[in-house]
Amino acid sequence: MTTVETAAGAAQTMVLNMGPQHPSTHGVLRVVLELDGETVVKARPEIGYLHTGIEKSCEDLTYSQAITLTDRIDYLAPLSNNLGYCLAVEKLLGLEVPKRAQYIRVLLTELTRLNSHLVWLGTHAMDLGATSVMLYCFREREEILKIFEMVSGQRMMTSYFRIGGLALEPPPGWLERVGRFIEMFPSRIEEYEKLLTRNSIWLMRTVGIGILEAKDAIALGVSGPTLRAAGVAYDVRKFFPYSSYEEFSFDVPTRTECDSYARYLVRVAEMRESLKIIRQAMGKIPPEGPIRTDAPGIIPPQREKMKTEMEALIYHFKLFTDGFAPPPGEVYQRIESPRGEVGYFIVSDGSPKPYRVKVRAPSFANLQALPKLSEGGLVADLIACIGTIDIVLGEVDR
Amino acid sequence: MEERGARLERLNQAAGAPAVTDKASLEQNAIVQRLRAWDEKAVAEASEFRGELTIVVPREQLQRAAEYLRAEPGLQFDFLSDISAVDRFPMEPRFEVNYHLLSLPLRQILRLRVWVSGKDPAVSTVIPVWPTANWHEREIFDLFGIRFEGHPDLHRILMPDDWEGYPLRKDYPVEGFGT
Repeated sequence: MTTVETAAGAAQTMVLNMGPQHPSTHGVLRVVLELDGETVVKARPEIGYLHTGIEKSCEDLTYSQAITLTDRIDYLAPLSNNLGYCLAVEKLLGLEVPKRAQYIRVLLTELTRLNSHLVWLGTHAMDLGATSVMLYCFREREEILKIFEMVSGQRMMTSYFRIGGLALEPPPGWLERVGRFIEMFPSRIEEYEKLLTRNSIWLMRTVGIGILEAKDAIALGVSGPTLRAAGVAYDVRKFFPYSSYEEFSFDVPTRTECDSYARYLVRVAEMRESLKIIRQAMGKIPPEGPIRTDAPGIIPPQREKMKTEMEALIYHFKLFTDGFAPPPGEVYQRIESPRGEVGYFIVSDGSPKPYRVKVRAPSFANLQALPKLSEGGLVADLIACIGTIDIVLGEVDR
Repeated sequence: MEERGARLERLNQAAGAPAVTDKASLEQNAIVQRLRAWDEKAVAEASEFRGELTIVVPREQLQRAAEYLRAEPGLQFDFLSDISAVDRFPMEPRFEVNYHLLSLPLRQILRLRVWVSGKDPAVSTVIPVWPTANWHEREIFDLFGIRFEGHPDLHRILMPDDWEGYPLRKDYPVEGFGT
């Protein structure tokens, strides 16, 4: 803690480091604060503590190998990042994915959205003092993680989406499990709302806190629920549909109050919309059919064929030693992750390894709005502001 | 075998389809035309790959072109999604800087590109046009060593301040320089 003389001389402000080790910074974020008593005069986020060089590592892996790194970018929404990356490579290759795989992808990414929003709600409420909400949220999140484990064998780092489709045929009974979950979940959302929506402490901590208006949000490149709570209905699923989202009917919840409470309401409403999408996807997924597109030399051959056909064996060998080489070119694929617009910019030079992979992380852009949200407010409300923009530091730093 | 032949044929076509559309049809593109009508020199090159339009503007024209693209009715690229640099080492000019633009009112997208020489890697900032560029430009400065002229706060963002070298350059090994 140090004190500095301001230009005026008389009044003094204090410079305070919040983080990098601070429970409410959701990872390793450091905010350098200039305080005038309890008021935040300046807030400067300092990032990079979780930088792992994922973009550089991707350049040294084949296209298929790099999928495993995309999980680790946003560890609360691994499947969304799998999807963004796979769609980008598929666009580069000009591949069509079978409808069945597309619907399963939609279903699982919407479950991911629920998963991420639940962690957000639990931790955000805990930051503001409503400790019990976290226990409720993690109880339901556990069910979602069990579905992920059932399908992919992994709870968090699923790597379940592969280029051209899915890694494995989902096990029998998985849809029933999803069905049981979405039957139970609406009543659970009501529980959370009962705990918070009209809770007077919650209202005091969130209403009118962290105002971010539409024009500032757009200028700062903010996307996702944070932008939609400022009245801008930008949702990539509606603007540039991918993976058959155009066949689903759902609304994009928006609010115009621009504060933390509005962002809370938008995310809760989004959970209900995700349930709608999951319900529709369950009806659409055909019980049988290919989960991977048929593209020899790009998609690994079926195991049965590999054991009986020479050609399939050669493809298998070539694929796992050399990988495949897309044509030279570059694509930018955007998708709507729980936090906003995830973009994958992939440059191919015609070799089996990507020449450049750039991840447009929504948290990175959204975190830039933190000074706008918090400056002029109280230092206690800074916690609400960090929570409300829902950052994942793994994604910010990559 | 016949079936397989047809399948391979189809795939080859998909992979080898004229990824880059012919120049003549690109000249008809509304965005390219508007930019050309505004300033003859604004479009150095235009290409399309997988339905994504890329317009290369001369480095000196960047800020003007950006302002025009954001403000002009009918273009209104008000949302800067991302800025990504690519190192084409040992080619010269060495770096490309890509601006991924989105127009929220018109739902259209565009990739704006400038080429930056390796000898003097500098380009003007676009913060006055899109304030979100601040951190993106700092990241590129940090990882590629490209300077953004006019940036108010240009210093490293992800790597430690005393780091040597620019990790995402192609002449920087993946393992780093021995530790």
